[in-house]
Amino acid sequence: MNLNLEREFIHCDAGARMRSCEAVQLRTLAVTILILAFVAGTGGQDLTQATPLTLVSREGRRPIPTTVQAGREVVALDDVASLFRVTVKEDTLAGGVTVSYRGRTIVASANRPMASVDGRVVSLPSPVIRAGNRWLVPIEFLSVALASIYDQRIELRRASRLVVVGDVRLPRVTTNIDFAGPPTRASIDVAPAAAVTVGTEPGRLIVRVDADALDFPSATGGGLVQLIRQGDQPNQIVVTLTDAAGIPRATVTTANNVAHVAIEVPAAATSESKATPNEPRPPDAEPRAPEPVPPVSIVATRNWQTIVIDPGHGGDDVGVRGPKGIEEKQLTLDIARRLRAMIENRLGLRVIMTREDDRALGLDERAAVANNGKANLLISLHVNGSRVPEQSGAEIFHLQLDRESAQVVRVATAEGASLPALGGGVRRLDLIPWDLAQARHLDESSVLASVLQEELQRQVPMSGHPVRQAPMRLLAAANMPAALVEVAYLTNPQQEARLKTDDFKITVAQAVFSAIVRFRAWSEESQTP
Amino acid sequence: MSMRVWWLAFIGGLAALVLIAISIARMYAPPRAVPAETPVASAPVTPKETAHITATLFFGAPDGQSLAPVRRDVPLAETVVDQGRQILTAQLAETPPAPFVSVIPMGTTLRALYVTDKGDAFVDLSAEVVRAHPGGSLNELLTVYAIVNAVAANLPAVRRVQILVDGKEADTIAGHVDLRRPLTRNDSLVRETDEK
Repeated sequence: MNLNLEREFIHCDAGARMRSCEAVQLRTLAVTILILAFVAGTGGQDLTQATPLTLVSREGRRPIPTTVQAGREVVALDDVASLFRVTVKEDTLAGGVTVSYRGRTIVASANRPMASVDGRVVSLPSPVIRAGNRWLVPIEFLSVALASIYDQRIELRRASRLVVVGDVRLPRVTTNIDFAGPPTRASIDVAPAAAVTVGTEPGRLIVRVDADALDFPSATGGGLVQLIRQGDQPNQIVVTLTDAAGIPRATVTTANNVAHVAIEVPAAATSESKATPNEPRPPDAEPRAPEPVPPVSIVATRNWQTIVIDPGHGGDDVGVRGPKGIEEKQLTLDIARRLRAMIENRLGLRVIMTREDDRALGLDERAAVANNGKANLLISLHVNGSRVPEQSGAEIFHLQLDRESAQVVRVATAEGASLPALGGGVRRLDLIPWDLAQARHLDESSVLASVLQEELQRQVPMSGHPVRQAPMRLLAAANMPAALVEVAYLTNPQQEARLKTDDFKITVAQAVFSAIVRFRAWSEESQTP
Repeated sequence: MSMRVWWLAFIGGLAALVLIAISIARMYAPPRAVPAETPVASAPVTPKETAHITATLFFGAPDGQSLAPVRRDVPLAETVVDQGRQILTAQLAETPPAPFVSVIPMGTTLRALYVTDKGDAFVDLSAEVVRAHPGGSLNELLTVYAIVNAVAANLPAVRRVQILVDGKEADTIAGHVDLRRPLTRNDSLVRETDEK
């Protein structure tokens, strides 16, 4: 079968007119889909996946046309040029093509599975093809080559056929009819978790997710739920109910970084008229209906920009050393890198690391990085040590101000200073010493510590005293909510062995990430008037 | 009512005189450290050649999570500073008995101790406290407060304690706990544990 395909392609490449070529491609597409369907055994879904890729950016969604060549999905460079505003030039003499963007260039040659990106060679899963007057590159070209010269993140999500460009928050949505009923129970999962609001309208529910767009693979329906589909807005999910449906109730919970919307739709009360859907809450139509549509975290503003991660210790300062010689400074950097990737990819927030490599860095410098970066949050990652080898588990520290410092802050806040401002009026200044900047954020940091504790204890063992308040040097100078996480005891031989594994590091990063998501929702909600 | 009453009056008068004499002597003598809140019961009053006070030292609790107060006899000294030196020397040097663990890095010694009129004590430790510290936030917290508590809990004249390292102000011992300001004693880290 493969041989067959190749022959057809040779024919196609030989400069056949586009129309006949397309016919071949369509056939190939169908064959490929059949193979895929056979292998995956999921039938219908693959058909929809053969549609163009979708480019998702802050500007919206646009299709990226693709074709399948020799079993590989390819995209035409002229389409790439118009979608990404890059310049594509053919070099007929060299038999190659250049793609340039703001002074940076990719050079590729026909029939070679590689490209030179700013002088660095990257390999591609299949060769670059010149077909007729078009240049075709494997779709991975976008994430492997183009991303390197582009000024925004380019992420290829093969499974959901999306190309994410820039800081776009694009959680994946899974829908399911759990029980046809009545009452019908349906669920919508949003991962990674984002703030979700549910609104009722006559005959339907509107679920809004705090995201730029949704990775929404397929619509479902069943029972009293006619259809769960993507809404008109990119961050909207619409749940349409059948005529026989009563007043639905929805609850939103977040666990393991998944926001779970549970929807229950009872049958309409038979004695009542059908007009009830227009009335959001008739007084006694639904005796066991709860109070209002349950509380949901609401995030309208997007005031969070930056998170600072501080990998503890570094350079000469190795931190704690485990019995097998593993050093704290390596672990903190490793976990920090994983956490950064999660935040950048899933939340689209800027992440600043106080150190990117193995270097010594003073605590003041670390605090300065966070303060100068105007970060919304500082998380300092550490690994603990004890003289008691049995001691194990994660601990979270937040700042405790001693009485004296608290007094200094109280006086400064109460008295402050007023300066004449430009254009009249006065500007009030709080004269809090820079190294006590945390004083403004003690309450928030305490919430942060509790959220961290809750998320960590779901995933990793905790110490007997998981949250502590102490005069921590780094936290004191941080002018934002801040906490220090000791993820485990490196002095405990079992924990040292676990700390070596990728699995544990990912789990820890995941737990901290979940806490950040929850804390952000809380923080933005509490700041919304 | 005769001899007995006279006797009682005589003894009472004598006691009053002694008390007055002591208080006058105290007014003129340099202040002397008196151990605070140390249970008297555990200190048998046996006159020895060198007098002792019972001081509370702080060891790591067996679970490594808190500080355990332990009573120890420490030579009596004339001045607050001398008494503090005695207490700190004992705190730094003593290897804790069986269930307890040490929270003081090996080889740490006291270089100097100053006490200001305002009640701030400056404890100058040798560089081993940093060099030999095994690290970890909780570990560091226990090291710092074993020292702060040993001074502040035993010397009523001291309210706050600042740790210096090798004669200089230090940011931290192991990268976590803020040492730039004098610290008050921390009882939340202390948990009574049965000794022996």
